[in-house]
Amino acid sequence: MPGNSELPPKTRGLTAIAGAMSLIAVLLIVQVWLLSATLESFLAGNRGSAPPAAIFSGLMFLICFGLYRFVDSIDSDVRNSSGDR
Amino acid sequence: MNWLRRSSSEPLWKEEFPVRTADERYVTRRQLTKFLVLTSFGMFVGNLWILFRSLFYKPPTHPQQTVARLGDLPVGGVKLFTYPTNYDHCILVRTAENEHVAFSQKCTHLSCAVYYSQENNRLECPCHKGFFSIADGSVLQGPPSRPLPRIILEKRGDELVAVGIKVS
Repeated sequence: MPGNSELPPKTRGLTAIAGAMSLIAVLLIVQVWLLSATLESFLAGNRGSAPPAAIFSGLMFLICFGLYRFVDSIDSDVRNSSGDR
Repeated sequence: MNWLRRSSSEPLWKEEFPVRTADERYVTRRQLTKFLVLTSFGMFVGNLWILFRSLFYKPPTHPQQTVARLGDLPVGGVKLFTYPTNYDHCILVRTAENEHVAFSQKCTHLSCAVYYSQENNRLECPCHKGFFSIADGSVLQGPPSRPLPRIILEKRGDELVAVGIKVS
């Protein structure tokens, strides 16, 4: 069974992108839930939950952005190595 | 007619559609990742908007408005009125000889108009069968997750005056 380093660069890139996409999707689901729960709480007159919700949502966005940058760098490496687009 | 003859031995469809499926999938996944991150940014902006609204929240001032006279309604009777603006519909119910209650008529689920069911002594939303207590507007059953906002009433002489809204 071939190791990861024996796979072609494009296949490795696809695997990395798929993994990052899965993580981003999970974070996005949590963010959607967080936004709906905060809105529900705000409409019920409870304003204390807004600051921590905004902080956690911001953290999740930063993680998503970091994953995107990671994917982008892998993508550049793959393209440079294979002389693609 | 030599110019019509193809020089390549490849099938015609390969010449006309040179994009490989693997390449196309590769680009699509990158674009989807970008789209997911933008959506994540949208969620963050939504939370920031709620934070902004809660930081700069000013408690609304409610006008005083006569909604009914004490003898206007029989026990179990209902009167509809608007408070505090003409777009905020409310329902006043006389639940006992000396007891009146008023609530916003807008269901907290999807804003259908609730009505008073005298036989069940509760407020009911006909859209999704959300039931609210007539005593305090709390949810008894159904999809609504928040109680109905209560209109604060004061008796002044023989008049019932709305003086505020209690959201719980």
